[in-house]
Amino acid sequence: MDYDLIVPYIPNLRRYARALVGDRDGADDLVQDTLERAVRKFHLWRPGDLRAWLFSIMHNVFVNQLKARKIPVDLEIDELIAAPISSVSSADIQDLQRALNGLAPEQREVVLLVALEDMSYADVSRALGIPMGTVMSRLSRGRERLRRVLNPEPARPGLKVVT
Amino acid sequence: MSEHDDVRMKALLKKHFDPVALEPIPARMYLRRPRWIGYAKAAMLVTVGLAIGLVLPSLRSTPPVAATASAAPFAMRAARAHAVYAPEVRHPVEVDAAQQEHLVKWLSKRVGLELKVPVLAPEGFELLGGRLLPGPEGPVAQFMYQDSGGKRLTLYVSKPNKGESLSAFRFVREGPVSVFYWIDRDCGYALSGELDRATLTRVATSVYKQLEP
Repeated sequence: MDYDLIVPYIPNLRRYARALVGDRDGADDLVQDTLERAVRKFHLWRPGDLRAWLFSIMHNVFVNQLKARKIPVDLEIDELIAAPISSVSSADIQDLQRALNGLAPEQREVVLLVALEDMSYADVSRALGIPMGTVMSRLSRGRERLRRVLNPEPARPGLKVVT
Repeated sequence: MSEHDDVRMKALLKKHFDPVALEPIPARMYLRRPRWIGYAKAAMLVTVGLAIGLVLPSLRSTPPVAATASAAPFAMRAARAHAVYAPEVRHPVEVDAAQQEHLVKWLSKRVGLELKVPVLAPEGFELLGGRLLPGPEGPVAQFMYQDSGGKRLTLYVSKPNKGESLSAFRFVREGPVSVFYWIDRDCGYALSGELDRATLTRVATSVYKQLEP
């Protein structure tokens, strides 16, 4: 029972926070607040999945930050649609960050926990405190949206496979 | 098609964000442990010490409780040195920053460490100079910085003393002086100032980054 148990997860928390928040300072502040809260609440942790517990704390801190800042998510989405990105493979970090910012925060969380942390649906469900079904629907909607932004296909209305 | 895209998406995200996990962890993230852990540890060590002391009287001369010797005296000395010299109007330093090269050579030689002077201009503090101070086991270097409003910071550097355990980044307050300090194998550092904790944390992080490559 020691801060030393938490330290090994700091790189994971930072990587996830960077993708979630976008800018370095904002992300590190999120990590810092998470760590401080984790230390304060450490007596509440029951030996088990420490990683999921830490990510659940980060989730709570993140949600509080969003509420406090009243981030206008819709604005970012509009901008994004106006400037699609040519292809997944050529996407650079700015493109990717823009595409991520275009996701609703709750979709971004699920997509990133699965992609960066290799979390299972059950892990994500524990970390975010949502049912598995919600994890799956947010994941598929989030991925779909990312795909559309990063890889816009020409619209093919009415095209049907005729056998 | 869609599964293939998911795999590519994941690879793309990992490619861009995995390097973040390899970046050095900012010093400010090494938090001070909650106090009860310190108490619990001390209590355990005392218990172990007593047990060993009772069972093996030959060990009584060096009970393991010595290992808990706090690093705080170091921080306290730094805070007192700050309180003495920072308010000096005419003679805050012995050697001023104009002779920085000489200052660093001289202090390095006397303290017995290869000293580096962190650059704190990005944090708003310019080097004023430094002085040599006595410590419990040898000379200590003190560098002084000042911001445009006249607020002063001192960086106190010495070889670690016997009985002072290694320490991660810690914060203590001694009267009006706040101190961030850390002690590694070769060197103890303490940054003191009458500043709010947030500002001192920012500057201390910069010092730590520059001194611990």
